[in-house]
Amino acid sequence: MSEKGGGGNPASFGFETRMIHAGSPPEPVTGARQTPIYQNVGYVFHDADHAASLYNLQTFGFIYSRLTNPTVSALEERIASLEDGRGATCCASGHAAQLLAFFAFMEPGDAFVASNRLYGGSITQFTKTFRKFDWHAHIVDVDDLEAVRAAITPRCKALFVESLANPGGMVSDLEALAAVAHEAGILFIVDNTLATPYLCRPIEWGADLVVHSTTKFMAGSGTSVGGCVVDSGKFDWAQNDKYSGLTAPEPAYHGISFYETFGDLAYTNHAHAVGLRDLGPTMAPMNAFLTLLGCETLALRMERHCDNALAVAQFLSRHPGVAWVSFPGLPDNPYRARAEKYLAGRYGSLFTFGVKGGYAMGMKVVESCELWSHLANIGDTRSLILHPASTTHRQLTEEQREAAGAGDDTVRLSVGLETVEDIIADLDQALRRAMAASGKAAD
Amino acid sequence: MPKELVYSDPTIRRILRDVRTIAMVGASPTWNRPSHFAMKYMQTKGYRVIPVNPKAAGQEILGERVYASLAEVPDRIDMVQVFRNSEAAGPITDEAIALAREKGIRVLWMQLGVRNGAAAARAEAAGLEVIMDRCPKIEYGRLHSELSWGGFNSRVITSRRPKLRIWS
Repeated sequence: MSEKGGGGNPASFGFETRMIHAGSPPEPVTGARQTPIYQNVGYVFHDADHAASLYNLQTFGFIYSRLTNPTVSALEERIASLEDGRGATCCASGHAAQLLAFFAFMEPGDAFVASNRLYGGSITQFTKTFRKFDWHAHIVDVDDLEAVRAAITPRCKALFVESLANPGGMVSDLEALAAVAHEAGILFIVDNTLATPYLCRPIEWGADLVVHSTTKFMAGSGTSVGGCVVDSGKFDWAQNDKYSGLTAPEPAYHGISFYETFGDLAYTNHAHAVGLRDLGPTMAPMNAFLTLLGCETLALRMERHCDNALAVAQFLSRHPGVAWVSFPGLPDNPYRARAEKYLAGRYGSLFTFGVKGGYAMGMKVVESCELWSHLANIGDTRSLILHPASTTHRQLTEEQREAAGAGDDTVRLSVGLETVEDIIADLDQALRRAMAASGKAAD
Repeated sequence: MPKELVYSDPTIRRILRDVRTIAMVGASPTWNRPSHFAMKYMQTKGYRVIPVNPKAAGQEILGERVYASLAEVPDRIDMVQVFRNSEAAGPITDEAIALAREKGIRVLWMQLGVRNGAAAARAEAAGLEVIMDRCPKIEYGRLHSELSWGGFNSRVITSRRPKLRIWS
């Protein structure tokens, strides 16, 4: 291998190579080629000094699986590589990832700005549960950059958006929003769950942290709940006095400053050594293994997911029972230009449409499906359907539901990998049955 | 922000394989300082690390006597590691160049965050190999899968079975 050739160096491997290999070299003891499931809690120390070095964070290694585990580490490196980040911290769920992401730097009384189009569960976590920590989310329309600027109060420490919104399919203007956050000296955090790093790498557009629910397209088959926080390694935590969680002496680790001691490794080290240690939402090794398997086929699945979704959206846009379709791949969609810019000309596979006939009609369509599964997940190989107003978004007010793109007539689809004609035929028969039923009711 | 420096993995691997003795300028006797962490780690990987620090001259750090300057180090030195700021790297570099033939110094390595382009150019002109803005501990860990244990992107991809080192 020539030194000039850059073998083993950064940009020399493509996305598909990294989705299979990153984080998973052969296991040295046995030569096992697939990453083993280290279903294990503790790790034997060489001696007392080694143990002390590990506890003092002076050396690399495993102590206890609440903090790190070899199977989980493999997935962390895999996702960090796919997002082109410095490091990643996997955890028990996407919600845990959001808690972990903020925990490193938020203090009681602090605030952050978040998009009003976020997944309903995120809005609830941010505005209800985070309140208990005295953390305050300012919810704004992130398409209005002036509103975003105005919402950044002195105690604000981050701006949080989804790259592709669940369920409305809105695409955030990442580059412009990153500039607004960085002008104010605050973090830009992007939930990249729906786009996945195959369609969008937010760090390339200025994101400082990327969060995922790995439950969705990463795991891909509806087997494993999980989450991840990816750190770009590029944020200067010492640029102002807002991020003392990473810059001030840490009493639980003999007064070291994480940023001074670990540089661009600081955030990810902190997320494990303090975040996971004290909050405890660890990802199980089996879930990490299943998610690693999912990542191996991410590009192939995303291409087919996106192709099928485009075909379904085009079908629905011509259907007599459908009032509107919110899919960034349709010609009249206001987010199409941003999808071309940020999603590599693809549009994801999760979107909403409106039925003619409102709340009752929406529920009837969902109940009339034979192939589409009525359940609260997305990003599965199977096609999934849901009526958000009566399920995932029912804890929100009507106004919040409308803002989130989840009004009464809205049906959410997560288009799977079945034969596309079968996917369309089942939706067609469900719509026709619902239309017939409502026609009878009208008589 | 200055442009990112690029060093190939084979270059870093070769340096870390060929170097055995490191003079660490700026090594701290305080156990929880970053330089002390790095020195202890490199010792466990089989390197001899000789601390250079005028403020601690004559003391011992991790079993090694501390010298006031590179010139006072009685042993041969393969690599000078600069654990001081970018400005201080200038005179340290000049001292390393002056001593290169006598001590056998082949590599000048400036710590993560430390860059001094003028000093690097002088060292290279004098025949030294220069690395800037990298941490030898992080690079060693990165190239030997240990950094990956912490969830980091090592940027290393390989289908080769790693050779097992026997723990001492």
